[in-house]
This record gives sequence, structure tokens and C-alpha cells, in this order.
Amino acid sequence: MSWGKHDVLEKSPMLMLVGILIVVSIGGLIEIAPLFWLSSTVEKVQGMRPYSPLELAGRNIYIREGCYLCHSQMIRSLRDEVERYGHYSLAAESMYDHPFQWGSKRTGPDLARVGGKYSDEWHRAHMIDPRSVVPESVMPGYPFLAERELDYDDIQDQLKTNAIVGVPYTDEMIEAAKADVEAQAGKNSADVEALLGRYPKAQARSFDGNPDEVTELDALVAYMQMLGTLVDFASFDEAGPNLR
Amino acid sequence: MAATTQRDEWKALSDIFAIGAAAFLVVLGLVLALAGADPAMKFHGCLLLGASGLALLYMLTLFVEKREPADTSGYADGVIRAGVIATVIWGIAGFLVGDIIAWQLAFPALNFDLPWTSFGRLRPLHTSAVIFAFGGNALIATSFYVVQRTCRARLAGKWSPWFVFWGYQLFIVLAATGYLLGVTQSKEYAEPEWYVDLWLTAVWVVYFLVFIATVAKRKEPHVYVANWFYLAFIVTVAILHIVNNLAVPVSMLGTKSYILYSGVQDAMTQWWYGHNAVGFFLTAGFLGMMYYFVPKRAERPIYSYRLSVVHFWSLIFIYIWAGPHHLHYTALPDWAQTLGMTFSIILWMPSWGGMINGLMTLSGAWDKLRTDPVIRMLIVAVAFYGMSTFEGPLMSIKSVNSLSHYTDWTIGHVHSGALGWVAFISFGALYCLVPWLWHRKALYSQRLVEWHFWISTLGIVLYITSMWVSGILQGLMWRAYDSLGFLEYSFVETVEAMHPFYIIRAIGGLLFVLGSFLMAYNLWRTARGDQPVDATDQPTVAAAPEFRPGEYTAPAE
Repeated sequence: MSWGKHDVLEKSPMLMLVGILIVVSIGGLIEIAPLFWLSSTVEKVQGMRPYSPLELAGRNIYIREGCYLCHSQMIRSLRDEVERYGHYSLAAESMYDHPFQWGSKRTGPDLARVGGKYSDEWHRAHMIDPRSVVPESVMPGYPFLAERELDYDDIQDQLKTNAIVGVPYTDEMIEAAKADVEAQAGKNSADVEALLGRYPKAQARSFDGNPDEVTELDALVAYMQMLGTLVDFASFDEAGPNLR
Repeated sequence: MAATTQRDEWKALSDIFAIGAAAFLVVLGLVLALAGADPAMKFHGCLLLGASGLALLYMLTLFVEKREPADTSGYADGVIRAGVIATVIWGIAGFLVGDIIAWQLAFPALNFDLPWTSFGRLRPLHTSAVIFAFGGNALIATSFYVVQRTCRARLAGKWSPWFVFWGYQLFIVLAATGYLLGVTQSKEYAEPEWYVDLWLTAVWVVYFLVFIATVAKRKEPHVYVANWFYLAFIVTVAILHIVNNLAVPVSMLGTKSYILYSGVQDAMTQWWYGHNAVGFFLTAGFLGMMYYFVPKRAERPIYSYRLSVVHFWSLIFIYIWAGPHHLHYTALPDWAQTLGMTFSIILWMPSWGGMINGLMTLSGAWDKLRTDPVIRMLIVAVAFYGMSTFEGPLMSIKSVNSLSHYTDWTIGHVHSGALGWVAFISFGALYCLVPWLWHRKALYSQRLVEWHFWISTLGIVLYITSMWVSGILQGLMWRAYDSLGFLEYSFVETVEAMHPFYIIRAIGGLLFVLGSFLMAYNLWRTARGDQPVDATDQPTVAAAPEFRPGEYTAPAE
């Protein structure tokens, strides 16, 4: 039994293959392609800059440990979320995120604006044993982060690769990447001013409380402490131009 | 004679190509093992070296001794038997890891404060093991079985089907060990890094070629509907996989890469991929399974041919649009959100088209639900498919999603589809396949299938009901206000409230794991050829075709 013209497709797998390719392409093309050329998709905002090398290294640890599986970084435009976490997330705030870290589940709270909410000391205690500061927490402990030295031998290559995929790292930034890691982690305070020139609002101190070593905890806490701090929402105007 | 000679030449060429490819992979593995930029890459180089070295050795032995690997007449069933075994083993592994992480959420001490045992690394291990290792092996094995039977043609290629099987297992091992070592690109259900993605692409292209070449040499004029679904699954997954994983590696010898897209565009691309991993991997592929095993086991033709045509094309057209419902109220432009929601609701109809076609195939044979637990498993799978594909469109409505998103409701929804639909339809297919492939007169024990069915169903019910309650409860607590207009609960109070439901969920998962152990035991006894304990209770279709009375009939078309 067959049904009119569909018979043709059923007898020619190649035609059916072409049919399938056409039919499954349409939706994706219409929904994804315009996002790359509609300028309203990512409206420009003042304050956004690429991650500093230490923050980028911290972000890579965040990815490595799968933090995104329990923590979102996307505050939805709903009243309770804005009251709990702060201003709803702007598209521009993740414009340098390769890949994005919006997440899909909140087993733990949203982290889009966690920067500055807690002290470094709190973060240290929380990473080593989450239940020492939040007794009801179900988060795994990460005591090994404080003991592991950060591997930043290839940090220049990391920045270079980001530049290839479109993050505006300059040659100067790539050149100074290693020095910037050490300056921001409190190992070398002489270079802090140059760091701030390249990465405005960067926070430089020993995040893990041990200025002699750059640990993975330094990088992760540096990343935590900058999340959501780049755009100044005191002066942000939803309707007006917020050009970089 | 000329034809034979030409055939021999082709065979020799295929041998030389296979041996050359294996030798190339040995060299590649050696380079990565010695010069890898990080320990994980060195380890993965060793794995590649070991796997391709064994393959090379095996092929060279055959070549030198001028031996054929096995019987090459009739259907190629060896690779399917291997696929059935892999499906069972990976299934148990995936369910077990899932239950372990469920207990971790109830009792966080079970993370042991070690990197390799923490939730963040085990969760991708669980999702990949069940979706790609269990589901993928079930799909590859059943598609190889179905395409041969419905086309009446032997699987194309001499080495290729085996390359698909072993190459896919290597992909799984590379991905899984990578997660434990912290190698991930953090895109959900697409976590493997660039080099593992490349390997999967190679395997998948060969899979596609084997499938389409087998269809091309069919002895039936029509391509059977199950094969439409398998074909759509194979080609669309290829497109999704390649587009979503475009990345630039930091070093050609290192594991780390950066995805080409950023922020909004990356989110949209990821969930276009993510939702269609559901739509094409977990739906279209398994519908292919349904369209063969349900009519076969029920010994009834498909309910409606026209419905299968209509719902096939509408399903694959509409599914692709549904991705943005994962991004409601986010920084994704509103037009895309609305479009995603609209198509997600429309998707309800073609989904139920498939459900109706599967369920109604039992017309006139409903009594089999009572007597044959295998058909009951297949049909309950279709019922869960119907339930999930009603719940999904409901959750894609923006106002519902504002409550359900980020909560356990999503997790419960996924598991009613994954445990109820995907796993049950696979279990049903496995119970059919093992006696058929190992030439047995019946399953070892039908009573054990009954036990498996009821234990697992109870497990699923505990799982999804606890997740409904915890998800909706947490969503409501997040948005609760007190009489003074302040948020009533701190975040951690909502975490605390989840505890009892996490325990119920973990118990449900444990039941599901127990059920799968029963299945593995039963299938093992069947394959071994042990005397069935209740052969007389089983339908004749449970036996391999050669043991059935009367004429062997192909599935209705």
C-alpha cells in the first residue's frame, strides 16, 4: 500500500534523504542565523571587557568541575529573580563567553552577580567545606583546589585561541598574560597598575590568602568575585544608549 | 568468473584500506601518547593506540592466514549481538551512576571531596552513558537489525559495521574517562572535547554510509517506515553534532578548545542541538525501533500507513524549532522565544500521531497486554512517550516555564521520557532480539520479565512523582512573598525542602537499577541457551524465526 506521490520517496532513499535535509534545515536556519546579524540581539553596554587571564583560568576550572550543572548564570526578567539576584542578565554580559555558562538547573543559586556578595574568606571556607558556612548545602567540597598550583604555562595560547574565536584580546594583552596572572593573584604587586589598564575593574589580591603561590583556588575565586561586576547598573539605562 | 574476480579485488582493496586506517590510527595514538600537551591527552593517546593496535593485529592475522572473519552469507548478525551486549552493559553502568549521583544530592558527603567522584564530573558521565552509550548502542544495534530484515539485504561493508561498533565504544570510553579527568567543553549532552567530537564524526559518517548502502541494495521496492525514522535520526544528529561543536583547539596536542560561538548565539545553538538530541536521538531513532518491534511482537500491521507518513514529516519539521523553549525569559531575543514556544506546542500533535500509531497497532490484540510482558513493556513505553510529549509542550508555555525552569520538574520530565519511553522501548526490543539473534526457542524466563516490568515501573513512578512535587514546590518557594512584600524564603531553605524528595527519587532510581540487573541475568541465561523455565507461557513470536510454526512473514508495509 502506498499513498500517491509519497510512493516516489519510499522507492528512492536518495530523494528521501534530500527531503529530510531540507525539512530539518528550515527551523534552525530561521531561528539561529538572524542572531548573528541582527544588531539588536546583543546591545552594546558600557563596562564589558574580556576576562583577565586569571579570571579566564578560573572560568576554565568552573567548566572543568561542572559547576554549570547546578548553578545558572542567567537571571531571568522575573520579579522574584531580580529581587533575589539583581538586575536581569543582559545579552552583552555573556558576549565574551566561549561557551556560554547560562546553565539549565538551579540545584544551587544563580551566580551571574555573585561577585562581591561574599568575602574571599567566605569563598575559601565554602570551597573547602561548603557545610562549614551553609549547613544545609548539598554542594560537593573542593578542598583540592587550594592545594593545587594553577597551571598557567599555556595562558598566552589560551588568550590567543579566544582572540581567534572573536574575543578582542590585543597583542599586548597576550604578551603580558603571564605577568597579569601573577599580578592579579597578589604574587607581584608591581604590575597591578598595568593590569588595571588592560582590564578595568579587575580585582587584584591573593584570593586564597597565600600570596606566595598562585593556586587553582586563586583563579576560581577571582572569577567568582568578578561575576556580574563589570556593568554598572547604577548608571545603566534600559532605554538609552549604553555604548562601550 | 570475471564477476568473482572483481569482487575479490574489491575485498582486497577494502582489507588494505582497513589495515591502512588502523595503522594510521596507531601512529596517531603513539604521537598523542608521547607528545600530548596534558596528561589527559596522553592517556587518550594510549587508549587510541591500544584500540587501533588490537584492531590492526586482528586484521593482519586474518590477512596473513587468509581467513575470512566469519560467514558472509545471510544477514550480518555478529555486530548486532555485540551491540546488544554493549547496550545491556552500558545501560547498567549509566543507570548505576545516575542513582549514585541521586544519592549524592540527598547526602553530599558521598561526593568524597575528590575531583573524580564529585557530582559535577559524574553527572555528564551519567547523561552520556544513558543517552549515547545505552541509547546509542541500542539504536545502532536495532537499526542494523531492522534495516537488514526490512530490506532483505545483508549489511553493507565488510569491516565498516564493525568499525562503527568498536569506534563507537572507543568514543564512549574517551568521553567517559575524559569527564572523570575534567575534560569537558561544558555544553550539556555535548560535553566531549574537540578531538573526541572529531572521532565521533568519523564513526558517524561510516554509520550513515553503512545504513544508506544497505538500504540502496534492498530487495524490497519500498523503504519501510522504520528506516525513514532511522535515516532522519542519523543525518540530523550528524548536522546537529557538527554545527554545535565547532571549536578552535588551544593546541593540536591538547584537550582544551574554545567554542566558536559566544553568549546568546552559543546558547541558541546549544539548545537547538540539545532539544534535537531529544528530538532525533531519543525520539526519531526510537520511533524507528517502535515501528519495527511493536508490529512484529504484536503480529499486527501498523495501525495507519497515512498517519505514519503525516507524522513523520511533521515531526521532523517541527522538532527543529523547539530549542528556544529552554531559554524563556533569558537574554535570547523575545521573537525567538515565542517562535520556540509556538512550535513546541504544535509539536504535541505529530508526537501523538506516533503514539496513536503505536498504541492502535494493538487493535484486536489488546489481550496480549495481559499475557505477554514484553509487549506490555513496548506499549507502556509508547504510553510514556505520549505522556512526556504532552508534558513537554505544557512546560514550553512561557508562563508555565517561568515556574518549572531551573527546577527538578525538568529533571522529572526528562526521566519520564528517558526511563519510560527510551529505556522501556529498548528493553522490549532487547527481550525480542536476544532469542532471535542467539537462535533460542524462548526467553529464559517470562516471569522475570514480569518482575522487571513492575519493579522498573514502580521506580519510574516514584522518580517522576517526587520530581513533580520537588520541582513545583521549589519553583513556588522561589517566588513566594510574605505579607510585607519581601521574598519569603532564602535559597538554602528551598534546598533543605528538597531533601525528602531526593531520597524518594534515589529509591525510585535504585528500583530501576535492580530491574535492569534482572534483565541482564535473564538475557544472559537466554543467550547461553539454558532451558526456558516457562516456554509454554510465551507467545510463539518469542522464538527465533526458524522455531516458529508456519510461514515466516515480514512486517506489514
